[in-house]
Amino acid sequence: MRPEVALPVLLPLLSGAISLLFWRSRPMQRFMAVAGNVALLIVSLWLFVATLSDGYVTMQMGSWPAPFGITLIADLLSAVMVLMTAIIGLAMGIYSLATTGRGHEKFGYYPLMHLLLAGVTGAFLTGDIFNLYVWFEVMLVASFALLILGGERAQMEGAIKYVTLNLLASVIFLTAVGLLYGMVGTLNMADIALRMDEAEHTGMVEVLAVMFMVAFGIKAAAFPLFFWLPASYHTPPVAVSALFAGLLTKVGVYAMFRVFTLIFDQTMGYLQDIMLWGAVFTMVTGVLGAAAQYEFRRILSFHIVSQIGYMILGLALYTPLAIAGGVFAIVHNMVVKTNLFLISGITHRLQGTYQLKKMGGLYRERPWLAVAFFISAFSLAGVPPLSGFFAKFVIVRAGLEVEAYVATGIALAVGLMTLYSMVKIWNEIFWKSLPEDNLVPETATPTGDDGRLLKPSLWMMYLPVMVLALSSLLIGVFAEPIMWVMTGIGDQLLEPHGYIEAVLGASASAEDVLLDSAVATDEEPKADAGEELP
Amino acid sequence: MEPLMAVAIGLLYATAIFMMLRRSIVKLVIGLMLLSNAANLLIFTTAGMTRGAPPLIAEGMMQPPSGVADPLPQAVVLTAIVIAFGVLAFAVVLIRRAYEVVKADDLDKMKDTDT
Repeated sequence: MRPEVALPVLLPLLSGAISLLFWRSRPMQRFMAVAGNVALLIVSLWLFVATLSDGYVTMQMGSWPAPFGITLIADLLSAVMVLMTAIIGLAMGIYSLATTGRGHEKFGYYPLMHLLLAGVTGAFLTGDIFNLYVWFEVMLVASFALLILGGERAQMEGAIKYVTLNLLASVIFLTAVGLLYGMVGTLNMADIALRMDEAEHTGMVEVLAVMFMVAFGIKAAAFPLFFWLPASYHTPPVAVSALFAGLLTKVGVYAMFRVFTLIFDQTMGYLQDIMLWGAVFTMVTGVLGAAAQYEFRRILSFHIVSQIGYMILGLALYTPLAIAGGVFAIVHNMVVKTNLFLISGITHRLQGTYQLKKMGGLYRERPWLAVAFFISAFSLAGVPPLSGFFAKFVIVRAGLEVEAYVATGIALAVGLMTLYSMVKIWNEIFWKSLPEDNLVPETATPTGDDGRLLKPSLWMMYLPVMVLALSSLLIGVFAEPIMWVMTGIGDQLLEPHGYIEAVLGASASAEDVLLDSAVATDEEPKADAGEELP
Repeated sequence: MEPLMAVAIGLLYATAIFMMLRRSIVKLVIGLMLLSNAANLLIFTTAGMTRGAPPLIAEGMMQPPSGVADPLPQAVVLTAIVIAFGVLAFAVVLIRRAYEVVKADDLDKMKDTDT
């Protein structure tokens, strides 16, 4: 019994339930938004430390032995993702206090935020593929409701595209799960991985792999399936945008990493090229789309797409180093991208618009904000010694090692284009003086998203921004211990028998009784043979 | 029975995609409903269709006799139905609100947020 695996899922659910109980009490909901997320951060740290020392932490729900019940499992990848989710969640909890209008708070902004976090951590920790689908849906339903809070025209239009394409992805995912069950007769991911090795390789395996790739590709916003993202992410209140930008697409990327290293590791050779070029085109189209934009949040939305390309490139190169780089990119991107959206919220508060052409002069007015933006933006572009540099450096090095020169070259060129977009924002918002026709609202009378007056509470917006900017800097400066964890992730993912044994090992005896014993006894010699072959 | 189901499910998927490709948002949601039903039927069918053999374990036995129906896909389908119901209820409310705000039932008139 390892409670630390279940707690990161249970705590946000609990916080959400408590917030719901205090539906009419605004102070209580605001208190829970911070306290619940602090608790989540603490248990995530606990889980991370436990995973660091043990390698895998598993828990069988309801004590049903492994392939029959639902398994919760944390390996290093899951633990790191949960930890990052908790950090982003806490930052958002504090930031939301200052930006969320009364109208949104009244319609359940905080309970939905907790529910979203529960969906995200659940997806990271489950070891059962149908359960993964369920957590995806929990996350999606919460995100649907958050996306349309406020009900403006742009939100409605964005939401229809977001809802339709995400539901389509869910159905493709569900179809693939059904077909997979028909083929191997189990839903436990470790068990599927075992039986997949034994199953005869018909074309069905490739079909399934492609279906999973498309389903997770839509959710991760990979080329050519990303159109819902730039159409919807700039429409909701800025705290929601930042939360989505930090977490949602990364769940899709995580699911890709998990499924393609554990279940479809055999078919990777076949799909590697498709995934590689998909990643390259994702990077290029994202960054070119951003170059054409002059609205702060739209630029950032296109850069989400572009950065997803780096993560998938890490998976597509499929060496331990490349996967380490891909996960590094996820971690770095969660921090930096959330922070850039948070900064866009502050500039909107200060100047009343997201249009770059109408903004200006902030370098003189708010030098510290300029510093925070500078760190985040240059980190996104991959300038040393910030976090983005090391993510990119590791992926590029892994790319050169497997001689994927074209993809690596394009990845570097995209870095330059990212720099162009970031310099554009820097010039327009911070350096040029404020255009005269802009009617800037008085800084002292900020309004919430619903237009009502809020108390001046800029420090609550500044606090998470400064902390996240500082952590991007620290990730860059102390890259070595982080790289050590990432290398561990790369090794774990490409040696899936450790994961399989962590899930099924304890219950092998139960399997002997209930099933024919072939599966359980085959397990270990098979793993050894896999090691010797290369 | 399985070939018949396969044809029916295929038709359901095809109809759903066709409906989703039309411009009316009402038809879009009808397409989504059909799509989730098609997926549920598919899970039900791929697990194998067994007639008249409930997965019950007789008293004193440790495991059910061979050849019983697989209960797991039925549990999975039930869960999927509940999720689809919730999500589609949301989608129906969404298109109603969208119609009130945008005053059009035409996806081509909803291009403001595209670039």
